[in-house]
Amino acid sequence: MIPRPKPERFRLRRTMMFMNAQKPGLIKDAYIYGVDSIMLDLEDAVAENQKDAARFSLYHALKTIDYGDTEVIVRINGLDTPHWEEDIRVCVAGGADGIRIAKCESAQDVKTVEAHVLAAEREFGVEEGRTLLMAALESPKGILNAYEICAASDRMFGVAISGGDFRKCMQTKFSPDGVDMMVARGQMLIAARAAGVQCFDTVFTNLDDEEGYRAEVMQNKAMGFDGKSLINPKQIRLVHELFAPTQKEIIQAEKIVRAYREQSAAGVGVFTVDGKMIDIAFIPGAERTLKLARACGLYEGDLV
Amino acid sequence: MKNAVGRDIPDFLLTGGKEVYQGKNYMDGKYLQKAAPKTRRYEKPQESKLVETIAEALRQCGCKDGCTFSFHHHLRNGDYVANMVVKAAVEELGIKDITVAATSLGSAHDVIADYIEQGIVVGVQTSGIRGRIGDVVSEGKLKTPAIIRSHGGRPRAIEAGEVHIDIAVVAAPTADCVGNCRGIGGKSNCGSLGYAMTDAKYADHVIVVTDCLVDFPNMPASVEAIDVDAVVVVDSIGDPKKIASAAARISQNPRDLMMAENVAKVIASTPYFKEGFSFQTGVGGPSLAANLFLEKYMDERNIKMGWAIGGICGPMVELLKKGKVGKVIDVQDFDLDAVNSINQTPNHFEMSASQYANPANKGAFVNKLDFVVLAALEIDTGFNVNVLTGSDGVLRGAPGGHPDTAAGSKCCIIVTPLTRGRMATVCEHVVTVTTPGDCVDVLVTDYGIAVNPLRPDLIECLDKAGIPHVTIESLKEKAYSLVGRPDDLQWEDKVVAVLEARDGTILDVVRKIKPYTIEED
Amino acid sequence: MEILKPAVAGTLESSDLMVTVEPGENGIELSLTSSVMNQYGRQIKETVLDTLDRLSVKDAKVTVVDKGALDCTIKARVECAVYRSCDQSQKDIDWGGVIR
Repeated sequence: MIPRPKPERFRLRRTMMFMNAQKPGLIKDAYIYGVDSIMLDLEDAVAENQKDAARFSLYHALKTIDYGDTEVIVRINGLDTPHWEEDIRVCVAGGADGIRIAKCESAQDVKTVEAHVLAAEREFGVEEGRTLLMAALESPKGILNAYEICAASDRMFGVAISGGDFRKCMQTKFSPDGVDMMVARGQMLIAARAAGVQCFDTVFTNLDDEEGYRAEVMQNKAMGFDGKSLINPKQIRLVHELFAPTQKEIIQAEKIVRAYREQSAAGVGVFTVDGKMIDIAFIPGAERTLKLARACGLYEGDLV
Repeated sequence: MKNAVGRDIPDFLLTGGKEVYQGKNYMDGKYLQKAAPKTRRYEKPQESKLVETIAEALRQCGCKDGCTFSFHHHLRNGDYVANMVVKAAVEELGIKDITVAATSLGSAHDVIADYIEQGIVVGVQTSGIRGRIGDVVSEGKLKTPAIIRSHGGRPRAIEAGEVHIDIAVVAAPTADCVGNCRGIGGKSNCGSLGYAMTDAKYADHVIVVTDCLVDFPNMPASVEAIDVDAVVVVDSIGDPKKIASAAARISQNPRDLMMAENVAKVIASTPYFKEGFSFQTGVGGPSLAANLFLEKYMDERNIKMGWAIGGICGPMVELLKKGKVGKVIDVQDFDLDAVNSINQTPNHFEMSASQYANPANKGAFVNKLDFVVLAALEIDTGFNVNVLTGSDGVLRGAPGGHPDTAAGSKCCIIVTPLTRGRMATVCEHVVTVTTPGDCVDVLVTDYGIAVNPLRPDLIECLDKAGIPHVTIESLKEKAYSLVGRPDDLQWEDKVVAVLEARDGTILDVVRKIKPYTIEED
Repeated sequence: MEILKPAVAGTLESSDLMVTVEPGENGIELSLTSSVMNQYGRQIKETVLDTLDRLSVKDAKVTVVDKGALDCTIKARVECAVYRSCDQSQKDIDWGGVIR
């Protein structure tokens, strides 16, 4: 039995990699690639007649495999299926860090899942509130209700858009410039930021299109996403590379945090760094840059 | 008697001056008496050496009971020739007590397994043993223990007369009527004929079997007419589809790629990675993928590879054509890109097995090698590698050039996943030692890198480059924590194969495996 | 649990195993084959029998074809096959209780 530390609601989640929970060869060591979060999938990857087998397999994987610092999230089946209640029980009993609610359309969906999670935590003697939640928005209704979904529970750490289903609903298809989902991505991001949760982009499915993938990841970063869902370990590296702060950004952030600490100790609220006015409003951003830099192995200082 | 890698070698094998393995370079500086073949004089000019059938050629070469045949494996799993020759000897000439001395044997040679079971083939000497031959030898059905040698150890043994070849058989994609052979220009092309070269020079008789007779002279010849007794034309010497794959594709497996990238990182951290460095890589997934990442580092540092050797396939030919490697010299070609390049692309040359890897000549190519990247079935905490026996103790692998390149190179990197299915690749004791640990420098796995403590200089290189590494013991423990600690294999006393180190000392033996039963408590 | 009808769980893919359970009358009749028999046969057998014991399966014909699965997978497949044979595999599983 591998005891996992209490999950952190806000942690680095640049990359979340999907893995079929039913495939023992895949899930046994998916963490070796350095992904931030593993998404063990009970939903689409598992055939309808193997949902039961996948849960047994998932339970023992969660209890046996040492995932180390890698976060372990489970994607459960939709609330319109006969599977989701047992999915929640096995996730909580196994000690998953979080649950991804598939096809989430309303705050009520989140609350329904939350109630079952709480019941399961009580049933299995798991610390109440331990199990985190995130929602996948896969429909126009989900996008329109993004804010209430993000704000529906203290367990919520983020939302993700699921491109495949969403594009189908919108009667559109993948477009290299991202115009097919531009509005939806934007709306979801605004809702997530307003509610103070993280926001993740959908998977990029054409593994051979390296240029297209790079363009999408760069756009994700430019739009302000916290991370991206992945389908293959070889996609990890580029996200980590492109999401990493530049050397210039790191030096700047370091200066700001250092100056702020010195100045505020001396009672000064507004000061200048390299000729630029700085006040307390800059600090969270600078600290976030340094934390990200540390996670990327680019910062070894002691300011964060 | 225990040898330098801790293996107990039974005394009955240590006769006639045979010694146990004493460590790397033990034979350095000693003298070797070469054993010359006894060959027939063909003083009177011959119009042609063409003979109607293989049986007839065998008769001409004085084939008799107790005969030793040599074969080479350039046609790989597509080879028809070894089977045809042994079959003709047995079925048409009624020959018994045959020894097959091949550079490698595999699933193409199941017929020979039948003859082993019938007691007609009584000896096997090879650098690789797979397929049903491996099974029947492991079951103890061969009359004498098989002798397994590396690609360098084999020409050494031939030159020293430890293997005396009565008839060497050359499977030639093209030949002329007097026996000049090449590996290209026909319908069953294999490129290099490097492994056949030493055999042809030291055999009493040489028979060339070809399916494409060309005009005299077939030049430049890999095996020369001056060594050939007879030429036989057959319909087909092999299945081209199984001789060379269309193109060796670089693995897309993320695990392989991750390991390959780390291999390149390790290489780039050493002082040997400089303008003109030399390199060999295996063709396994992560080994071959190392090419890709190495190129990136070469570009970054603006350096070129001086030369590469090996079994060669497309990605290396690609580098040659791009001008990123000076010369490519090979004993064998694995895909059509390499087959079509050897002796065609400028600076792509052929070499013999002895020139490649023989430890007893005056300096083989492996001795000048900076880096070699190799795979392993198992590697133990003493860095000893097994590439011969499966986890069940059955012969199903090939030392090939592994021990030679490991011993000769300045930096030998083994790359392998920590586990395969439930098998721990990094383990306490390998089933069979095929490459001794004193020749292995770095291990790259998907769970981390370990450096042989015999190489503090390389440890320093990795530290300086900020490449994390751990002890090989910790990798072994990690492996066992994943798959459980394996039970020891159960062996019988009977020795089914002797594993010679490249210098001719005995490195290990393989015994007959006991039929498995679960012990009841 | 009593094996009520034949049931199967798992696959023959590498790192997996296929478990078939059938009603039996003479205790546990186990037939085991494995790609890693020589080194792990004993441990696989132990894991299978322990799991059956934990599920209180007294009589059954059990066929295991193992392709190098880890213990956690072996347990999962045996449990699933047994629960399926009783039509109880879909919900209200005793996670952390009998299943552990």
